[in-house]
Amino acid sequence: MDPIKASLLKKSRAAKSETRGKLISLVCISLIVFIVLAIFYFVASRGLATFFKDKVSIGRFLTQSTWNPSLKDSHGHPEVGALPMIMGSFGVTFLAALLATPFAIGAGIFMTEISPKRGEKLLQPVMELLVGIPSVVYGFIGLSVIVPAVRHLFGGSGFGILAGTCVLFVMILPTVTSMTVDALKSVPRHYREASLALGATRWQTTWKVVLKAATPGILTGVVFGMARAFGEALAVQMVIGNAALLPHNLITPASTLTSVLTMGMGNTVMGSLANNALWSLALLLLLMSLLFNLLVRLIGRKGAMNR
Amino acid sequence: MNAKKWDKVATAVLTGIAGLIVLLLACLLGYILVRGLPHVTWQFLTKPAQTFTKGGGIGVQLFNSFYLLILAMVISIPLSIGAGIYLAEYAPKNWVTNVVRTAIEVLSSLPSVVVGLFGFLVFVIQFKLGFSILAGALVLTVFNLPLLTRNVEDALKSIHFTQREAGLALGLSRYETVKHVVIPEALPNIITGMILGAGRVFGEAAALIYTAGQSAPSLDFTNWNPMYIASPLNPMRPAETLAVHIWKINSEGIMPDATAVSAGASAVLIIAVLLFNWLARVIGKRVYRKMTAA
Amino acid sequence: MRKRNVISLLVTFSLLLLAGCQSKQNGQSVTAVGSSALQPLIEALAEQYSAEHRGQFINVQGGGSGTGLSQIQSGAVQMGNSDLFAEEKAGIKADELVDHRVAVVGITPIINKKVGVKNLTLGQLAQIFSGEIDNWQAVGGPDQPVVLVNRAQGSGTRTTFEQWVMKSRKTKPAQEQDSTGMVRSIVANTPGAISYLAFSYVDHSVATVNLDGVAPTDANVMTNDWPIWSYEHVYTKGKPTGLTKRFLAYVLSADVQHQQVGSMGYIPVAKMTVERSVDGQITKVN
Repeated sequence: MDPIKASLLKKSRAAKSETRGKLISLVCISLIVFIVLAIFYFVASRGLATFFKDKVSIGRFLTQSTWNPSLKDSHGHPEVGALPMIMGSFGVTFLAALLATPFAIGAGIFMTEISPKRGEKLLQPVMELLVGIPSVVYGFIGLSVIVPAVRHLFGGSGFGILAGTCVLFVMILPTVTSMTVDALKSVPRHYREASLALGATRWQTTWKVVLKAATPGILTGVVFGMARAFGEALAVQMVIGNAALLPHNLITPASTLTSVLTMGMGNTVMGSLANNALWSLALLLLLMSLLFNLLVRLIGRKGAMNR
Repeated sequence: MNAKKWDKVATAVLTGIAGLIVLLLACLLGYILVRGLPHVTWQFLTKPAQTFTKGGGIGVQLFNSFYLLILAMVISIPLSIGAGIYLAEYAPKNWVTNVVRTAIEVLSSLPSVVVGLFGFLVFVIQFKLGFSILAGALVLTVFNLPLLTRNVEDALKSIHFTQREAGLALGLSRYETVKHVVIPEALPNIITGMILGAGRVFGEAAALIYTAGQSAPSLDFTNWNPMYIASPLNPMRPAETLAVHIWKINSEGIMPDATAVSAGASAVLIIAVLLFNWLARVIGKRVYRKMTAA
Repeated sequence: MRKRNVISLLVTFSLLLLAGCQSKQNGQSVTAVGSSALQPLIEALAEQYSAEHRGQFINVQGGGSGTGLSQIQSGAVQMGNSDLFAEEKAGIKADELVDHRVAVVGITPIINKKVGVKNLTLGQLAQIFSGEIDNWQAVGGPDQPVVLVNRAQGSGTRTTFEQWVMKSRKTKPAQEQDSTGMVRSIVANTPGAISYLAFSYVDHSVATVNLDGVAPTDANVMTNDWPIWSYEHVYTKGKPTGLTKRFLAYVLSADVQHQQVGSMGYIPVAKMTVERSVDGQITKVN
């Protein structure tokens, strides 16, 4: 075979490195997907054991309000009602999001529309720092500042949904804000120019044009913030009081899925019903984070259609 | 009120909100530093912790935190760069990619307790690593990968497509274009993201409680042979990190000066996080200047 | 350049890994996991033991009694620490495990200092925790609602408390705290609060109460006059061997029991004048 033909038929060095590069990156991504699947498998296999092995009905699990997995009630059913925790988790999550959203939008508008320079120089690093503060430290502050403050203002023990909300508010604020900023920044410049050219003030432009156009992006940010709040464990556990009771008001002790999970894991024996029930809570958390992600996708798709 | 007045009011309110947030951070930092810094002395930073008596330090925990961080980053950086490249450059637009993206996002919003328990079941028990730095590092990798991957992907995607076209037009393969054109350009952003990720790892506690463990056996700082069991470099020894230490003394601390130790340790943790943020900024800027000037 | 750096890092790392796997040849180590109440004691003793015996290490981890028992049952560790008898935990095959009682811990109710109640009967205490008494007035205190602070479900302290105080009564669902330190600071800061914790954690920020006129002291626990106490167990799977055996012998040696255990706030088993079995049968020992 003549050398020219051979060299033409052979793969070039570049083509080889291309294949290799692609392969390496493919391996990396598959590994991540594999990890996710493994986590799902592990959590699901233990979490579902409550329903299949220990024969707890899913309906009772989701609607009963007594959590006492090591005991049985008068009918011989184990007392695994996760409703108080579910309510607690949703309570703190929604309240924290409700509180954080106006702040995040305000800060976002300030950073993009009013004073981008100061926003960049001052607020951006502030947000990054807020993200960086470890959750134990948030818990520590919540315990030594917020809980006594709540106790002082409203009486009671100070532990409860209100204290949890306050801590989570600070924790999710940076997430929501930075995504709001991204959303506002991605509104095309000519939208603003058109509005200003019509004689609108800056506020009118922001309120009626920019915010409208950025709504899907902001909603995405809020949902991401909620996902973070829903999954936060240590900081919430330190301030919420951990009482598996249906929350009646904001200042009596309540509990969240994560707080019961962290507290109980060490005290139960692997494979027992009490332990499986905790894994069911973990499974619930996993499904919720999946749901939040689907929600984000849905919002994104709707936003894209409106454009 | 007319539109102009509304405009002024809105501007004032928004500036107020921005100011409030800055004030909030200032209060948080001020509170921690004012409470903690008086306890931070050279002794506190270097001495081992005490269980029953006063005057314990955080020396071993501090070292553990850094060692764990380095191990975790060594594992997760190459993986996340590879995965990020795939997502940004190769991934076809189809449902498989969609599922992959969702998987990564789910992983990133997963509660760290769940990740920690997963690590406990898989690394500690199944792989028989025991409570060890290695198990901790692997869990932190799982915990950190989605964020780093997203960061790499975003950094790569923010590079204008004309850069890639230029590379391809010169006859480079796609991989070579990525390696020689896109990555150098995106490097400052990637590095910034990595350092911020490092800060996150540094402060993580929930995922480590059941993996790297909650005890810090005293180390023999004269023996750096990683085979030796009390050597600081041995990856198979249990290692309580600073964040876990704070959690532990807040919950079970029985030393008489528990509050002082936890305040001091919190201050050190915050300072480390501040340092990481500052480094991210400085290094990112410097690399950017070097890359664009060269 | 950069690539080489990465590669060399990876190589170093894998070397480290290999090194780690062989670490057992350089010194011996065993692991103890479980009860966070027992952890400080075992940890301190382990440190002393390692100091006296070069190259022999005992890793001590917390994680809770449940973790300790399930880990020892699965054979993943050499010692499982527990506040409870293995028989009391569902899902544990107790007959495979060998019990080593290393210390005794007394548990006392604590109340907020401003309540000022000094003495309660066991019945009153049970009524308080079951919710039948919800105001301190009923037991001679000020007109102030009772704020219950429970321990985490399944934790050793709570199980012991419920066994000896509540008997068959059900505890009223209320705030739960996992950790001793947290319980103490909540009781110290919340008006009308009551909870319970191990003797060694009691400090001046909270008040203890006498039960039927008996004060919560080590001496009263030793004679069982103070009924709320539990053994601290170290479980091994089968008879202990090697380092585990030597370490347990060290922990149970008279010197350690009488000097170290006592000074750390635990009660030495040897000083008990009674013995209690799983089902609560009390027998005198001399």
